[in-house]
Amino acid sequence: MLQLLIGTDIPFMRYRRFAYVFSSLIVAAALAWFFVKGPRYGVDFTGGTLLQIRTNQVVHADQMRNALEAEGIQAELQQMTGDNPNEYLLRFRTQGDPVRQVQDAISKHLPGVTMELRGNQTVGPKVGSDLRQKAIMAILTSLGAILVYVGIRYEFKFALGGVAALFHDVLVTLGFLMFTGREVSLTVVAALLTIAGYSINDTIVVFDRIRERAKALRKERHSRVMDIAVNETLSRTVITAFTVFLAALALFLWGGDVLRDFSFAMLVGVVFGTYSSVYVASAMALDIWIAIDRRKGVSAE
Amino acid sequence: MSRTDQGKLLGVVLVTIASLWLLYPSYQYYTMSPAQQQAMDPAKLGKLRKKAIHLGLDLQGGMQLLLEVDKSRLSPAEAKDAVERAREIINNRIDQFGVAEPLIQIEGQDRIAVQLPGLTDPERAKELIGKTALLEFKLVRSADEQRTLYQRLDSWLAARRIVPSTDSALAKTPLTGLMIDNGFFRREDVPSVQKLLATTGIDSLVPTDTQLLWGGEDEARSGMTGRSLYVLKKDAELTGGSVASAEAAVGLESTNPGAWGVSMKMTPKGRADFARVTGNNVGRQLAIILDGVVQSAPFIRDRIPSGDASITGGSFDVNTAKDLAIVLRAGALPAPVKALAENTVGPSLGSDSIREGLTAGVIGTVMVVAFMAIYYQLSGLVAIAALALNLLYLVAAMAYFGATLTLPGIAGIVLTVGMAVDTNVLIFERIREELRHGRSIHESVRLGYDRAFRTIFDAHSTTLISALFLFQFGTGPIKGFAVTLSIGLLANLFTAVVFTRMIYDYWLGRGKVERLSI
Repeated sequence: MLQLLIGTDIPFMRYRRFAYVFSSLIVAAALAWFFVKGPRYGVDFTGGTLLQIRTNQVVHADQMRNALEAEGIQAELQQMTGDNPNEYLLRFRTQGDPVRQVQDAISKHLPGVTMELRGNQTVGPKVGSDLRQKAIMAILTSLGAILVYVGIRYEFKFALGGVAALFHDVLVTLGFLMFTGREVSLTVVAALLTIAGYSINDTIVVFDRIRERAKALRKERHSRVMDIAVNETLSRTVITAFTVFLAALALFLWGGDVLRDFSFAMLVGVVFGTYSSVYVASAMALDIWIAIDRRKGVSAE
Repeated sequence: MSRTDQGKLLGVVLVTIASLWLLYPSYQYYTMSPAQQQAMDPAKLGKLRKKAIHLGLDLQGGMQLLLEVDKSRLSPAEAKDAVERAREIINNRIDQFGVAEPLIQIEGQDRIAVQLPGLTDPERAKELIGKTALLEFKLVRSADEQRTLYQRLDSWLAARRIVPSTDSALAKTPLTGLMIDNGFFRREDVPSVQKLLATTGIDSLVPTDTQLLWGGEDEARSGMTGRSLYVLKKDAELTGGSVASAEAAVGLESTNPGAWGVSMKMTPKGRADFARVTGNNVGRQLAIILDGVVQSAPFIRDRIPSGDASITGGSFDVNTAKDLAIVLRAGALPAPVKALAENTVGPSLGSDSIREGLTAGVIGTVMVVAFMAIYYQLSGLVAIAALALNLLYLVAAMAYFGATLTLPGIAGIVLTVGMAVDTNVLIFERIREELRHGRSIHESVRLGYDRAFRTIFDAHSTTLISALFLFQFGTGPIKGFAVTLSIGLLANLFTAVVFTRMIYDYWLGRGKVERLSI
């Protein structure tokens, strides 16, 4: 039997204060960034046009930019790297139909260069704000529904810890997307919701074990019960995180540009989802548990 | 083998056979070469395509348009079914344009979503769909009537010192001073004239039964290029409703025999009306107006009983003429439509996405499978078999429900691979734990499944909740992702809890097992 992380006895809960500080810092940074600078939203939220074009030969980004500027085209230009240096993403924040303009600019200023339109995503301002609202609604309602479910199935202290972990994971992932300058689009929101599902899934496995152990080990200190439960589920937690990580990594490396931001979010989400099951969900549940006990006048710590 | 085991086995076998049967059309369809597809009876091919898994526009390439019907100028009665009528007309236009498997749906109050898979010329399709195509025939006012109106406009503008430039020649005749002849202006003057005509208050000078409209294209007259302004009788003599058929044709004008245009035949009633109008107005001009732009205004030389009319103009080529014929045949939209959003995926991008999605899927699966086989040995193989069935059921269910496979959907499947093994990991780890506690193999397997089940159920429920909300709000690709994720979760519950359990029961039921390979 090949075994990893079996029979460990790591005093996870002893270090939870460090984790609180660490998590608070990242979450605070993410929130600050969100409210001060804001994420880079995709055209599906801001409205505008995203063109993906491919040219028959590699043109330096500066040359391409000059050609567009000469025709008065205002676009944010991004040249693809890797296998496709002859592909470009053009972002227009304004309304209009820029395909022909771009075509004209290229044929006029870059002799010998022809372009192929690979993709055109145009979103009007009305649809953009619709989608923004829908995305926010989806995130809030699904988090709310999960909260209700966890609230029914588990005691208050667990529910609160689990939902804190959920928000933590979504915020941290959003933070990493913002820090790395990635775009928040509809697909990324889908990733965030998937992470929410994964995060609570992972938390529930740990919680189930805590609940089971709490019954059997009534005499033990709460933190000890938690440590035992976390250690017992550690191999499962790590193995599952690992296989999901492998799948997301394959998407990130080989899944193409369209899925890159999505799979990046998944990678971050899996890592933090695993960490937060222990250090946000369980740790918070523990502190709430202790606080409840203190109010009742008993002390199990 | 006990009764329940037999039942389970039968269940797994039946579901597997059903899945394979459901997937056979997809296998047939997607392994066909284009030549084979052409050789096949179109009706049969269509049937096969319906049964095969649908690929989203992001994978097969094509265009998606979200249109809004502008009902603001319609009366409540007209507005009632305007969106439905617009949908039908757009449907007709696309039918005649020739796109395989278009999807045209009404969304919400006043939106129409159009999906055109495999489309190669999005600009042309947009033009075709978005054109209101309101065709009107209006009489041009007589030269005297025109002169009177222009003089009135000139003196009104001059009195208010609204002039296009400081040129003193224009002080008295701001408008007609720029006119070359009979409503014709040089191209460079057109914006100034438009500005003059947009002056507030000028509307009151134009009689209520009269209307000013511009010609569409630059034309050449007296050796200059420019555009014409027409003074028209406001009420249309005939509209597009009188048109029975329209065809693109070449050589409709004797002066320009190589040029494309659209020839129209009228309905019996239209023919009678046309004959009457032309008969009563010989010597006058009849303007042909499309969407508020005058296409041409030929002089009526004689009564035209045949009901033949044509639209010509310098800019027609074979495609634009054909498209105009299509929209005239299909009829005018009840109200203008506006594109709110567009998503076009070129065929090369679509096939690249399929290739990349498959590559990522295969590599991801191989990595996960290899890990499971190494870590859990024989039990790992059981988990892998469960995973394979899981994927089979997932794809078959998609074919059955007619769900659309999108790129995020492929991502959903790849993630399912990663998450699906979790159920088995949970069970295996639990069995190992029970084994470590010194329980017998039988006992450990039973307890492992029983104790892990509740956790698995909770975990699946929460993920399913988030998938359902994704589906609820998602558009297109995101919906595809939610669908694969949800079906994947359900298939996973079945394979992990029923299928693998059955294998163990069979394995352990064969007599004394000394060691469990886990």
